[in-house]
Amino acid sequence: MAGGWKNDLSWADVTPEADFWDRRKFMTAAAGLGVAAAMPRMAQAQALKPNSWKDITSYNNFYEFGTGKGDPAAYAHQLTTSPWSVEIDGLVENPGTYSLADVLDGMEIEDRIYRLRCVETWSMVVPWNGFELRDLLKKVGVKPGAKYVSFETLLRPEEMPGQKGKVLDWPYREGLRLDEAMHPLTLMATGIYGRDLPNQNGAPLRLVVPWKYGFKSIKSIVKISLTRRQPRTSWNDYNPRAFGFYSNVNPEVAAFTNQSSERPIGGGVFAKRIPTLKFNGYGDQVASLYQGMDLSKFY
Amino acid sequence: MQKINGFVRRLPAWPIYIVSVAWFGWLFWQALSGAMGPDPVNALELALGTLALQLMVALLAISPARKYLGLNLIKFRRALGLAVFFFVAMHLGVWMILDVQFLGQVLNDLVKRPFITIGMASFVLMVPLALTSNNLSIRRLGPQAWNKLHKLTYAVVILGAAHNVLIQKTWETEPLVYLGIIAALLVMRIKWRPFMATA
Repeated sequence: MAGGWKNDLSWADVTPEADFWDRRKFMTAAAGLGVAAAMPRMAQAQALKPNSWKDITSYNNFYEFGTGKGDPAAYAHQLTTSPWSVEIDGLVENPGTYSLADVLDGMEIEDRIYRLRCVETWSMVVPWNGFELRDLLKKVGVKPGAKYVSFETLLRPEEMPGQKGKVLDWPYREGLRLDEAMHPLTLMATGIYGRDLPNQNGAPLRLVVPWKYGFKSIKSIVKISLTRRQPRTSWNDYNPRAFGFYSNVNPEVAAFTNQSSERPIGGGVFAKRIPTLKFNGYGDQVASLYQGMDLSKFY
Repeated sequence: MQKINGFVRRLPAWPIYIVSVAWFGWLFWQALSGAMGPDPVNALELALGTLALQLMVALLAISPARKYLGLNLIKFRRALGLAVFFFVAMHLGVWMILDVQFLGQVLNDLVKRPFITIGMASFVLMVPLALTSNNLSIRRLGPQAWNKLHKLTYAVVILGAAHNVLIQKTWETEPLVYLGIIAALLVMRIKWRPFMATA
C-alpha cells in the first residue's frame, strides 16, 4: 500500500524528521510551561533543511566508481541506465526479468524527506522520490517461507571502473529481513528533488532504508531475490566485526567506529557535530521490529 | 652533478618555511570558500595528511640521493622535517578541533581505534625531533647523540604511512604504494655487510 508513511514535513517545513519529533515533544511540554519557552528551540529546528542538490550529488560513496567521495560524480556518467531490467527470483509467485517500466507499473511515486546517516559518521537530509518496496513485493507475490530479501547491484566493469579493482567482492550485495523490507519506510528511490536519480546516487533504481547506515541502501539494483536464509552482504563479508548484517543506526554500539555523534554535511568548516539518534530518529516507527533482540549483538 | 650541487648550495632553505605556512593558509581558505566540496573538514584532513606523507618521502629521499646520485640536498633537510611536523600538527588539529570536536571522544578514539593510536604515536615521536631541529640542540646534545635521537624519524615515517593505510575502510592501492616507497627508502639505508667477507 502506497502512502504507508506520510512525511510529517511539507516542502515549506523542511526540518528533518527526528528533529520534528523532538519539537513535538518539546511543544507538548511547552503547552504546560507557556509557549514562549518553546520558541528558540522551534526556530533552531526549522533552520535545518535538506541538503542542496549539489551536496547530495557530489558527495557519494559508490565504490563501483572509486573510493573517493568525488569519484562517483566524476565517473558515473559512463553508466548506461537505459535499457534497464531487474531480475526478481527466489520465493516469488511471478519470477522473471522485469523491465524498469514493468517494475514501475502500478507503483505510486511519493516524496520522502529522509535523514541519511553514513557509517563514516556524517549525515545528510535527502528529499527522495520513490515507491514503497512492499508494493513491488506484493506485485510479484511473496511465497510463504520467504524470510529475507537480497539485492544486487549491476556488475559492469567497463562502465564501472571501480569494479576493475578488488576493493569489494563484486557485485555489491545487500539484504533485509522480510519484515524490514515490508516496512512502509523502506523505499525504492527513483529520484531526488523531483528529478531523475543521478547515476552517482544509484540510478535508475535504489533502495533507501533510513534507519540503517547508508551502505545498506544499495544502488543501481539489477536483482532482487526472496530467500529463506539470511543472504550474504558485501560489507558484512568484508569485515563482519565492523559491519553487521542489520547495521541499524545505533549511537550505543561502536560498529566500525564510535557512532555516538555525526557531522552534518553542508555546514562548512565549523559545522557542529550533533548527537546520533537510535534508528536514526525513526525508532517510533521501527523499534518494534527488533523487540527482544540484543542490538549490541545483532548490530 | 658538481654544477647542480653548486647551484643548490646557493639556494636558501628558509623559503620552505614561508611556503609551508602559506600553503596551509591556502588550503584552509579553499576549505572555507567551498572549493573543497560539501565536506571540507574531511577534505582538509586528507589534504594535510597526504601532503605530510609526500614531504616525508621527499625527506627520506635526500640521503639516498646523495649516496646513489651524488646530489647534495642535505641543507634542506631541517626545513623539510619541520614542514612535515607543521603539516602533521595541523592535520591533527583539524581532526581534533573541527572533526571530532569533543576531547572525551578524541581520547576514546586514541584508545579504541588502532590507526588513530598509530597516527598519534607518529606525531608524539616527532615532537622531540622538531624541538631539537636547531643548531643549539646539536651542540648541547653532541652530534652523535643528536644523530641517534633523529633515527626516530624512521619510526615516525613508518607509523605515518601505516596510519594512512589503516585509516581507509578497505585496502586501497595508493596508501600501500606510499608505504612501499617509504619502506624502500628505508631499506636503501641499511649498510649490508658483505657476506663473503665475514664468512
